[in-house]
Amino acid sequence: MAKFTLQVNGQSRTVDVASDTPLLWVLRDSLELVGTKFGCGIGLCGACTVHLNGVPARACMTPVSTVGRMKVTTIEGLAPAAGKLHPVQQAWSELDVAQCGYCQPGQIMTAAALLKDNPNPSDTDINDAMTGNICRCATYLRIRAGVQRAAEIAAGKTEAVT
Amino acid sequence: MSTTQMHTASVNRRSFLKLTGLAGGGFLLGIYIKPGAIAEAAETAAATGDFAPNVFVRISPTGVVTIISKQPEMGQGVKTSLPMIIAEQLEVPWDEITIEQADFHAKYGGQSAGGSNSTPGNYDNFHLLGATVRTMLVEAAAQTWGVPATECRAEKATVIHSSGKKLTYGQLVAKASTLPVPAKEQVKLKPASEFKLLGRRIAQVDTRKIVTGQPLFGSDLKLPGMLYAVYEKCPAFGGKAIDANLDQIKRLPGVKDAFIIAGSGKVKELNSGVAIIADSTWSAFSARKQLKVTWDEGKVVEESWDGFVAKARADAAKPGATVLRADGDAEGALKTAAKSIEAEYLYPFISHANLEPQTTAAHWREGIMEIWSPAQIPNSAVQMVTRVLGVPPEKIILHLTRAGGGFGRRISADYLVEAAAIAQKVGSPVKLVWTREDDLKHDHFRPGGLHFLKGGVDAQGKIVAWKNHFFTFGEGGSPGSGGSLNKDELPGRMIPNFRSEQTMFATGWPMGPWRAPGSCVFGWVFNSFVDELAHAAGRDALKVHLELLGDQKILATSGQGGREYNLERFRNVVNFTVEKSGWGTKKYPKGSGIGLGYYFSHRGYFAQVAEVSVSKEGQLKVDRVVCGYDIGAQIVNLSGAENQIEGSIVDGLGALMTQEIDIVRGRVVQSNFNDYPLLRIADAPTKIECHQLKTVFPTTGLGEPALPPIAGAVCNAIFAATGKRVRRMPLSRTDLSWS
Repeated sequence: MAKFTLQVNGQSRTVDVASDTPLLWVLRDSLELVGTKFGCGIGLCGACTVHLNGVPARACMTPVSTVGRMKVTTIEGLAPAAGKLHPVQQAWSELDVAQCGYCQPGQIMTAAALLKDNPNPSDTDINDAMTGNICRCATYLRIRAGVQRAAEIAAGKTEAVT
Repeated sequence: MSTTQMHTASVNRRSFLKLTGLAGGGFLLGIYIKPGAIAEAAETAAATGDFAPNVFVRISPTGVVTIISKQPEMGQGVKTSLPMIIAEQLEVPWDEITIEQADFHAKYGGQSAGGSNSTPGNYDNFHLLGATVRTMLVEAAAQTWGVPATECRAEKATVIHSSGKKLTYGQLVAKASTLPVPAKEQVKLKPASEFKLLGRRIAQVDTRKIVTGQPLFGSDLKLPGMLYAVYEKCPAFGGKAIDANLDQIKRLPGVKDAFIIAGSGKVKELNSGVAIIADSTWSAFSARKQLKVTWDEGKVVEESWDGFVAKARADAAKPGATVLRADGDAEGALKTAAKSIEAEYLYPFISHANLEPQTTAAHWREGIMEIWSPAQIPNSAVQMVTRVLGVPPEKIILHLTRAGGGFGRRISADYLVEAAAIAQKVGSPVKLVWTREDDLKHDHFRPGGLHFLKGGVDAQGKIVAWKNHFFTFGEGGSPGSGGSLNKDELPGRMIPNFRSEQTMFATGWPMGPWRAPGSCVFGWVFNSFVDELAHAAGRDALKVHLELLGDQKILATSGQGGREYNLERFRNVVNFTVEKSGWGTKKYPKGSGIGLGYYFSHRGYFAQVAEVSVSKEGQLKVDRVVCGYDIGAQIVNLSGAENQIEGSIVDGLGALMTQEIDIVRGRVVQSNFNDYPLLRIADAPTKIECHQLKTVFPTTGLGEPALPPIAGAVCNAIFAATGKRVRRMPLSRTDLSWS
């Protein structure tokens, strides 16, 4: 066991865990941030996607000892302020993207990172960026539409679509 | 998380007395009322002053309207759709309603989610529930004002008199609570023409929690003092743990305990294995890597998929073990047919692969087993705990957590009884966490199968003969779920000389229902082989299909597990869909093509037209799917309905394209998404169009019936594009390249 002080969603959090503990389980078991999900444990489904210094990473494959001072952003910390939603979260809500919803935090984190790099992605860009995130309920068409809608929201087009 | 509290529905004492008084004598929703259960709930509600004339609706004096959602939610949207029905009749704005997930309780009158039954099984009752409460509130207002109820109407949680006087529902709670619950005949249902909510697009009630990552799923649960468990089962199905290095495991960091569980001896119940209990998930996972177990693998090691396939091929020409149907003379007609063809269709075992691996938390204390689980059929789960662990049903409390995907997997309760068995030995609250590997290796799989088909057409190109020898797989003496052809399976009853035979291989392999059991593969075989016969006859597949569907209105069932078809609905939905798709109006270059599939399952008539393109290298892209559907008169939630249809289509496409479980020596070869790939976003169709064909028939469910037609539609389009016939799933087994 060892102590690690992490920067999570703008807060400094200290945990006492085995140094090989994946960030996923530190978030879920120690910090009770359970929005980041366990799906495969080998980085192939994307349900555990978080941002490390703004870059998407697989929390299930990231030992806590490698995080250091990197800024960890989870789905709980994506929104710009309490009570607000990130454009991707807004778009997901408007379009009712989710079915079971289990993979969606990971999808949203990947989509948010895509839009930061590419504010106006094509469907091909979306397919390429989102390919690491499995949705077993197969909401992929709504995910594509959701990313497009989030791009509109981020660009200031806020009228609701149905 | 709220599931740590019992969500006992409030029924105040006066209502309780009224209900119990009426329970035997025809309370309109008597099926939901169990007096003992309500007495328990009444204790907690008596003090609140709420108006709660049934266990699904509660209105507080401050006007807070709460609707209880009884069905397990696993992404099918039922926590939104069924309460919408009550809200529509109750005349309360949707945004003002609070929805609570029910625990499992007899007072709700059945909480199984499966078979696309939640909507048809509750639709009429939920209209009546909402309308009954509204009727009582209107009556309460009428009595308060001393006017006839007919002069009052309800709107936006308010009762309004023709004079303009108004009372809110909250203001009417006290008065309404004194009124008798009216008989069904005294309740006027709002007609569909006045619906304001049903048929609209409504986002799921848990959307905010989902998109912000709030605790919601079984795996998210954390109870005070909770420990974490992993459970190692024998890699070979049903094997028994003989010995393990428990002393070593118990000394590892964070490990609290480790022990062997003998199991119940049934592969779909409590399996034998080794439990490791630890202070965190990672401690448990880490300790498991050091675990060494001696297994008794049993005779299942003699069973492999390849061996059964070889045996099926060797025996295909022999008579089947069971003759399911024999109309006319299939063998004779095949000999005299103008043209006859034969083909082998094969599909493998596949896994459900819910993205949330199986999980359940349980706490055993003072003879009470409290469980938190994403169970799909809570009743049978509780029965299993009683049967296997000897806990009487009245000592079991089951909280239903949101499930990270269902697809039929959580109809089984093996993981739930595992958690309960572990909890019995631990004492503290404990959460069992399966890994992806556990999930893939110990699923209750969709059985694979082989169809050896022969078909013949006459000189006019009409199908006159059809013979199928179907090889299936069983466990415990009968075919696995969805592994049994029924006597009436398509195209039975449509072809004069028809014979279907079935031979089952007995195995020790666990099988269970996978979305649209049976239909999910039989639809592919049917649609594909009819298309083969149409091409053999040199005819347009649509014409051959419509010929099969004939001109009768009803195709009666033989009554032996088969289904009655309304052929008129079938023909209409096929014609409707091909028209929407532009069938026959476009020319496709080589490498592109169009295909048709249709099926009837779970009370829904569905047709799909797929347009595909296949690159010269053999890469498939589904460009467009047009889905026409007849599920009766009323869509409840259009957003949820179309999400189920789109999801079913892409799910069916995924099963066709990528999924395959291989079983060698009684164990699964695959281990994770590296060797069991699921469909990813780039392979999802570019476009899916959903078109409802509205009919006068009762409203039915959408969890499953959109899935069966897609594989046939896509494979027929692939044939049109490339001339290559896909007769084996997954598609990755067939080289689609062309030049």
